[in-house]
Amino acid sequence: MKVTVASGKGGTGKTTVSASLISVWPGPAVAVDLDVEEPNLHLFLHPEISGQRNAFMEIPKADESLCSRCGQCSDLCQFKAISLMGEVLMLFPEMCHGCGGCISICPEGALSADVRLLGDVSWGHSEKGDFIMGRLRIGEAMSPPLMRAVKARLEDRITASPADVIIDAPPGVSCPAVNAVMDSDMILLVTEPTPFGVYDMKLAHQAFAPMKKPMGVVVNRAGMGNSEIYDYCKAENLEILAEIPYDRRIAEDYANGCIIADTSEPMRQLFTGLAEKIRQKAGREVSR
Amino acid sequence: MDKIAVSCEEPSLNSRIDPRFGRAPGFLIVDPETMAFTFIDNGASQVMAQGAGIQAAENIARSGAKIVLTGYVGPKAFRGLSAAGIKIGQDLENMTVRQAIEKFKAGDVTLAEAPNRMSHGGMGQGGMKGPGRMGRGK
Ligand code: SF4
Ligand code: SF4
Repeated sequence: MKVTVASGKGGTGKTTVSASLISVWPGPAVAVDLDVEEPNLHLFLHPEISGQRNAFMEIPKADESLCSRCGQCSDLCQFKAISLMGEVLMLFPEMCHGCGGCISICPEGALSADVRLLGDVSWGHSEKGDFIMGRLRIGEAMSPPLMRAVKARLEDRITASPADVIIDAPPGVSCPAVNAVMDSDMILLVTEPTPFGVYDMKLAHQAFAPMKKPMGVVVNRAGMGNSEIYDYCKAENLEILAEIPYDRRIAEDYANGCIIADTSEPMRQLFTGLAEKIRQKAGREVSR
Repeated sequence: MDKIAVSCEEPSLNSRIDPRFGRAPGFLIVDPETMAFTFIDNGASQVMAQGAGIQAAENIARSGAKIVLTGYVGPKAFRGLSAAGIKIGQDLENMTVRQAIEKFKAGDVTLAEAPNRMSHGGMGQGGMKGPGRMGRGK
């Protein structure tokens, strides 16, 4: 079973929920940090990293002596990563999506494959189990291809030895967030009962709903803000699976990199209950 | 005299300048001596998720204009225009195309050395690496 922990915006406590689930999960579970722009699950789990490899994307390079300035590559590329500017062929490598179209279309064979470093994938083991993460190169804007490399590593890992998977997704509802949740069995939306929290959670719910996956909500800092989040969940038939109380101690533990589920017995019980509900909900709706 | 491209809202000399280079509805390509003009539709670039400025620069390079008058040019479009040997007068807004051309003819437009806008949103924050430029020079 794959569970993705997502949120409409950053700072809702998504990562601490992921880490806590890993901590209490019954049976083997692999922790995956797909928030490649700002990975921080490792700061909670403290894994020992045992392997790492770079991930690349194929981009074009040009041999100007062969180019006839026909402009076909420029017309084809919808991202304008290659452009015939008057008589000058220009490459904007950072804008290339790696589709390879220009290389295959060039009638003169003037374009060939080069690579751009996207970032790295690393893996290891913590006392909570296996761990995999991706980290986007600083200055790189495209996370989905790196996320695919992380997922490929994950597939190898769970094929070798079956395990459940807890994914810490990037915040938001844009392409990377959708990419993270799309092949999971269950989506957990972490939010807080403030006006911004409600607004961003609605966006996330609407963005992910078309995928028709079981979804559940975790309300963090419950007790602050107002009741709007509860009204919305009720109206949309979205089940609230857990509420983490608003408590200064919890906030401090979080700031200190503690896994909330490990800080007290009531918290441990809260997350054990959450894990149980997730397993039931995902199991039930997956097998349906 | 070199032809001048002005980012505009409508195909008329009395159109207001649209200060957004890449997202302008179109460009008036004006012969500053006769004030005769043609219009290039930029509608396809307007709706692009990324690369609007580069597409607009490409359209202008193709038109043969050697000078652009507009409001804001992003770094990639700026590199594109510069590579094609096109000079850029920016920070122009709240005036008509005709007024912009008059201002230019009077020598009141300084041609820019550098872009006045960072990439906007989207894939833009991808950094400021130089383009892998190739070409026959100018
Ligand atoms: S590989 Fe695709 S995205 Fe990249 S420059 Fe070529 S056509 Fe554009
Ligand atoms: S398709 Fe090939 S020959 Fe034509 S402009 Fe592009 S690189 Fe040059």
